[in-house]
Amino acid sequence: MSSRELILDRVRAALRDAPVVAEAPRDYRPAGAAPPDLDVLVDRLVDYKAEVHRVASAEVAATVAGLVAEGGAVLVPPGLPEMWRPEGAFADDGLAPDRIAAADAVLTAAAVAVAETGTIVLDASPDQGRRVISLLPDVHVIVLRPDQVVASVPDAIARLDGRRPLTWISGPSATSDIELNRVEGVHGPRHLHVLLLTDG
Amino acid sequence: MRIAFFATCLADTLFPEAAKATVRLLERLGHEVVFPNQQTCCGQMHINTGYQKEALPLVRRYASTFDRYDVTVVPSGSCAGSIRHQHAMVASAYGDAGLASRAADVAARTYELSELLIDVLKVEDVGAYYPHRVTYHPTCHSLRMTRVGDKPLRLLRQVRGIDLVELPAAEQCCGFGGTFALKNPETSTAMLADKITDIVSTGADVCTAGDTSCLMHIGGGLSRLRAGVRTVHLAEILASTESS
Amino acid sequence: MSTFLGMPTTAPRGVGHLRGDRTFPEAARDALKNDQLRRNLRHATTTIRGKSGKVIAELPDWQSLRDAGSAIKAGVLAQLPELLEQLEARVTEAGGVVHWAADANEANAIVTGLVRQTGSDRVIKVKSMATQEIGLNEALEAAGITPVETDLAELIVQLGHDKPSHILVPAIHRNRSEIRDIFLRAMPGVDPALTDDPPVLAAAARRYLRETFLSTTVAVSGANFAIADTGTLGVVESEGNGRMCLTLPDTLITVMGIEKVLPTWRDLEVFLQLLPRSSTGERMNPYTTMWTGVTPGDGPQKFHLVLLDNGRTAVLSDPAGRQALHCIRCSACLNVCPVYERTGGHSYGSVYPGPIGAVLSPQLTGVADNASLPYASSLCGACFDACPVKIDIPSLLVHLRNRVRHPAAERAAMAAAAYTMDRPKLYASAQRAAKLARIAGRRGRGLPPPLSGWTAGRDLPEFPKQTFRDWWAERASHPEPASHPEPASHPERAEET
Repeated sequence: MSSRELILDRVRAALRDAPVVAEAPRDYRPAGAAPPDLDVLVDRLVDYKAEVHRVASAEVAATVAGLVAEGGAVLVPPGLPEMWRPEGAFADDGLAPDRIAAADAVLTAAAVAVAETGTIVLDASPDQGRRVISLLPDVHVIVLRPDQVVASVPDAIARLDGRRPLTWISGPSATSDIELNRVEGVHGPRHLHVLLLTDG
Repeated sequence: MRIAFFATCLADTLFPEAAKATVRLLERLGHEVVFPNQQTCCGQMHINTGYQKEALPLVRRYASTFDRYDVTVVPSGSCAGSIRHQHAMVASAYGDAGLASRAADVAARTYELSELLIDVLKVEDVGAYYPHRVTYHPTCHSLRMTRVGDKPLRLLRQVRGIDLVELPAAEQCCGFGGTFALKNPETSTAMLADKITDIVSTGADVCTAGDTSCLMHIGGGLSRLRAGVRTVHLAEILASTESS
Repeated sequence: MSTFLGMPTTAPRGVGHLRGDRTFPEAARDALKNDQLRRNLRHATTTIRGKSGKVIAELPDWQSLRDAGSAIKAGVLAQLPELLEQLEARVTEAGGVVHWAADANEANAIVTGLVRQTGSDRVIKVKSMATQEIGLNEALEAAGITPVETDLAELIVQLGHDKPSHILVPAIHRNRSEIRDIFLRAMPGVDPALTDDPPVLAAAARRYLRETFLSTTVAVSGANFAIADTGTLGVVESEGNGRMCLTLPDTLITVMGIEKVLPTWRDLEVFLQLLPRSSTGERMNPYTTMWTGVTPGDGPQKFHLVLLDNGRTAVLSDPAGRQALHCIRCSACLNVCPVYERTGGHSYGSVYPGPIGAVLSPQLTGVADNASLPYASSLCGACFDACPVKIDIPSLLVHLRNRVRHPAAERAAMAAAAYTMDRPKLYASAQRAAKLARIAGRRGRGLPPPLSGWTAGRDLPEFPKQTFRDWWAERASHPEPASHPEPASHPERAEET
C-alpha cells in the first residue's frame, strides 16, 4: 500500500462519523461592498513606512530618476511602458541574481492594490516581471493606476488569478521578531516608493 | 416571584455569608426564595479535572432537584457556566438523551445572580448601601463562559455610599482554575501575585466578585500578605442596607 | 489488512519535537524562576495584544469573518479526502510533484532524498512549524546537509543552540540585548561593534544571509495554505526571507500538514483578513508569496509538495477533538494566555506551545505522552475569544482531561467526593465533620501535598461555624424576627415579571 492510499484511508476512517457541515456563512463585507478610498490607501502605505508620490504618467520617469543617486542603475521589467522608463534604465532579460541585486532600484507596475490594508499585489505580468527582480534591489518603486485600487481583500481576491505567481506587498521588508515591535528593512527592499498616478 | 436557590457547594460549606446574602437580597426585593435541600454540587470540579463519568450523578441530581422550578439562581458565574455549557454534554456522553435534554432545559432556566436581577427581575438599583472603597474582579467564567458582561458593575454603580474603583487588567485570570491551583501551584501563585498587585494598587478596602471560588483564592493571597483588603461576594454588597 | 493499516495513527516516538522530557509543572517551575524570561514575555505579549486589538477593532465584520473561517475549516475536514486529491491533481498539472508522508520519519526521508538528488549539501529554510514538528533539521544534518534557518527569530534560535518558544516569534523569550550577545558569539563575520538597536540587528541578519540566499540551490518551506481548486500554495511572512527562498533556488520543497488545504481561491479572502490581524497585529503582513506548481522562467523550476499526516488523522478521528485542526498558527491564543505569559513556550515541551499546543500536541501524540498539557490552563477562556477560527480551546482541554489516565489517589478522592455529593444527608454530615482548618492547623498551613501547593502561597478561609444549609434549616424552624422585608427600591418594577 502506498503512503498516499494509507493516508487517504486513514482520513476516511477518521471521518467515519460522516460529519455534515453546512455551507459557510459569509456575512462579512463581500467584494464590491464599497468603493475604494485612495486616501485610505495612502494613509495605510505611509503607516507602513512606504513613501507615496502622487504624480502624472508623464512625471514617472523623472520622479524615479530623482529617487536614485546620480547615475544610479534602475532595473525595469521588459514590458514596462516606455514612457515610465527613466533614462539609462536596463531591462530584465533573464539577468543573473547578482546583476539584479546590483541595481540601485527596480521600477514595476502592479496588478491590484487594497486600500484597507495598504497592500499592493504583483502578478508577474510583463509590466511587473519575474518575482525576483522586485526582491533583490534595495529600492522598489511601484507605479499604481487609480483603477487598480480596490477597497478590500475580497475585492482583490476577486480580481486576481491564483494561478499566476503573486507577491503581496505591504510596506517595505520588516520584522516583528525583536520584542514584537515592527522594524523595517530586513531581506527584501528596505525602501518602498509608490507612485500613485493622478491621470489613470 | 418564586425563585429556587442553588447555593453551590463552596458557598454552602465555606462561604455561607454569600449564600445568606443572596437570600436576604431577593427577599428584600419581595421575592420568595426556596432552598431545595436535595442539592449538593454542580460537578464542575469533577468535569474540569477529567471525571465526567463521576460527575454524571451530580448532573442528574441538579436537573432533578431544580426541574420543578421556573427560575433558579446561582451566586456563581462559574457554576452557572458549568450548568449551562457542560451539563448537557456530560449527560449525553455518559447518561442518555432524555437526561441531556432535561439538563439543557433546566440550564436554560438557571441564572447567575446579576443576570437574574437585571434580565429577569429587571432591577438595577437594589436599594443597597455600602460605604466602602470597592474594586470589582470580573472572574473568567462570569466574563467568558456565562458572559454576564457589565451587569455586576451596573448593579454596583447603583449602590449608595460605594466608592467603586476600576481594577487594572481586570479581565486577567486570578490563577485559581479549580484543580489548576493544585496541579500547577507555582504558575497559579504567579498569576495570583499579579492580580493582588493590581488589587492593592487601587487602594480599595474590598475586592468583590461574583464567584466565591476566585474570592477564596484572591482572599487567601491577600490574607497571607496581610494586604489589608477584604474579599466580599457581590451578593453581600447588594444585600447591605443602611440598617444592616 | 488495508483497513487495519489505514487506521488513524498518532505521531511516532523518537523523532520530531512533539514531546517534552519533563511534565509541564516541572518545566514551568524552572521557567517561573527566570525573571528575565518573564519580563521579556510580558513585554512582548502585552505589545502584541495591544496592536492586535487595535487593528481587529478597525474591521466592522470581524465576528462574521471568524464565523466564516470556522465554518470553512470545519468543511475542509469533512471533505478532506476529496480536497487532497483535487489539490494533488492541480499541483501535478501545474508541474509540481506531490509526495505523501504518513509520519515524521517518512517526511524526513522524502525531503532528505530530494535534497540529495539535487547534489546540494545545503538548504535554505523558511520558518515552518511542520518541519520543526518532524525534526527535519536534525534529519538533514544526519545526512550531511546543512539547513540554514533564514527567518530572523529562527536564526536567533539556531545560532543560540536554543529551542523555539512561540509559534510566530520563536525567539520571543529573548530581548534585544540577548539577541545582540548571540549574534556576537555565533554569527560569522559579524561587526564586533554591533549594538542592540533592533534595526541594526536586522541589518546584521541581512548581511549575514545575503550571500547564502544567492548561492543556495534548494529551499525548504512550509505553507500557510494550499488551494484545492487552483493548486496554489501560499506563505505569509514579513522579512522577505520567504520570498528569497520561494523565488531564488532551482528546487523548492514544501512540507505541509494535510489539514492546511482550503477548498477555493475565494476562501483566501477570509483567511488573509483573519491571519495578519490575529498574529502580528498588522492590517497585512509585509509579504505574501503565492505560487502554483512551476512557472517557466520565474522562480524554482522544480517544485515538490510533501503532504504530512504525522498524527493528524488521529486528531481527525475524534469528532470533538478535531476542531484543533482548524488552527491557522496565528498564535493569538499564546499572546492572551496568562499561563503562557508566565511560563513561556519551552514549558510545553512541544513545538506547539500555549493553549493550542495544550490541545494539539496531546492529540497528535496520544494523551498518554503529553498527559500534563491539558491541565496547563486555568480554563480562563481568553484563548477562545482570541481565536480567529473560534476553536473552543477550553472545552477541548476539558474533553482531553477526561481522556487522561488519572493518578490512583486522585481517582479515589474524586470518586469518594462524587459518592458523598450524591447523598445529601451524608454530604451535610461530612460538611459538619470536615473542620478542615482545625485538622490542618491555622489557615491550612499544615496540609499535606497536593493541598500544600495551595497553602504555599495562600491561606485557607476560616471554617465557618455553620453551613448555609444548617442556617437555612434553623431559620425555617425559628423564623428571624427581623426578617420583615424592607421596602425594595423599585418593588413595582421588580414584580413586573
